Amino acid sequence: MDNAYLIETIIKVVVILLIFSALAGIGTYFERKVLAFMQRRLGPMNVGPFGLLQVGADGIKLFTKEDIIPTNVVGPIFKIAPVITAATAFMAAAAIPFLPSFELFGHEVHPIVADINIGILYVLGVMAVGLFGPLLGGMASANKFSLLSAARAAAVFISYEVVTGLAILAPIMMVGSLSLIDFNNYQIEHGWIVWSQPVAFVLFWIAAFAETGRTPFHLIANDHEIIDGFGTEYSGMRWGLFFIGEYANMFFISFVIPILFLGGFGDGSVLGAVALFGKMAFFFFFFLWTRAAWPDVRPDQLMWLCWKVLMPVAVINVVITGLVMMF
Amino acid sequence: MFEAVAFYLFAFLTIVMFYITVTTSQALFALTALAAGMIFISAFFFILGADFLGAVQIIVYTGAVMALYAFGMMFFDTTRKVKEKNGNKYIVVGLATLSAVMVVAIFMAPIVSTNIQVFYPEIEGVGNTQMVGIVLFTKYLIPFEVAAVMLLVAMVAGIVLAGKKMDLSLTKMNAEQIKEIEEKDKKVLS
Repeated sequence: MDNAYLIETIIKVVVILLIFSALAGIGTYFERKVLAFMQRRLGPMNVGPFGLLQVGADGIKLFTKEDIIPTNVVGPIFKIAPVITAATAFMAAAAIPFLPSFELFGHEVHPIVADINIGILYVLGVMAVGLFGPLLGGMASANKFSLLSAARAAAVFISYEVVTGLAILAPIMMVGSLSLIDFNNYQIEHGWIVWSQPVAFVLFWIAAFAETGRTPFHLIANDHEIIDGFGTEYSGMRWGLFFIGEYANMFFISFVIPILFLGGFGDGSVLGAVALFGKMAFFFFFFLWTRAAWPDVRPDQLMWLCWKVLMPVAVINVVITGLVMMF
Repeated sequence: MFEAVAFYLFAFLTIVMFYITVTTSQALFALTALAAGMIFISAFFFILGADFLGAVQIIVYTGAVMALYAFGMMFFDTTRKVKEKNGNKYIVVGLATLSAVMVVAIFMAPIVSTNIQVFYPEIEGVGNTQMVGIVLFTKYLIPFEVAAVMLLVAMVAGIVLAGKKMDLSLTKMNAEQIKEIEEKDKKVLS
């Protein structure tokens, strides 16, 4: 391995880390503003123009707040749980191509950290590990509401994962590869996968809500208990890490859905790159829109939906795709 | 060089994690270390170029350990230490050592006698995901199908065991109906 490759990879990792941790902060601003406009409020207004500096104020508060480890918690697990959520979210980003490859100072740059040939499997697998954060945080907290929230995290996990796997299987059969770049190239020739696999698209989209733990599947941090579920005992930056993980996951899944189903960055022109950002912005906005428009479902309703409705539909979709491809 | 560093790093981490798993008396430590160890093992698959198996290792064992957490939640207060019943320590240590030595012997025997043969040589230009598929559906087709049937049997058995009274919903009943059911259960139990 030559040094240029090593340096390039390190630069890419640092850039992705910086951009997306900053975006996670700005994501909270977008969320507040969008929710506020949908509920006929103003949202953050006082800090800076249009409340833009609210993000900085929140950051200062999170960083300087005392980091409290309550008595009776299982110390090491309690401390490591938020790190798992944040770290796995960024690890998943390693296999996502954020832009088409471009030339910079006569050097071709591929904006993907590692183009492994199992891209989508790796992204979904590592994102799934992120749910260990809420689970461990809840179980280690010595608080009954946190424990309930951890139990719900396990329920969410066992329901959505089968649906994501089976929904993505039909497009994988068509493309014949697990690499996200191959998905993109396939769609240049054959048109967007969403036209041939609309069912898989909708299923994957629904499962993405469960994967990121957003409303209507926001059961992990249960809002109607008024407290914050697994985050009840956390304070300061440890709580902030849970937040960064959640928002980074939202951004990454908003990149993955367009790359899988909506043509990705297309043929690699500037227009294609801009279009990918546009699609990403739409999916991110849709997360916020749903939060403003829908109530949460109960855990048993989520399990009913995933196992009795979505999974059979996904299996039928796979079978039909197989038959069509065979004949 | 990178591979050597990665190998020794993950070998060390995996051994430490599994050591914690077997020695600690705190259920939460044991489960977390088990999950971490299982995920670190996937690194060896990635080092060997078996990307597909590595990703599958991560996905399968996160799900499996998540189920173990659910059981841990039901059976223990996971924030407290579990009082373990230690029988004869010598028997435990003896059996554990014996089984470990046997496992190593079983896996080392073909290597020592250089008796390992590659039945399915690598096909040029085929990724390892496709290779797994080719081997599964040619050489190992029957074990693969038998495993599928066994999983189906387990699933049917699970549904039968858990599916009693699935059509009843306590939220849709009034108090009298619930009381009736409770009395019926009491009769069955007594």
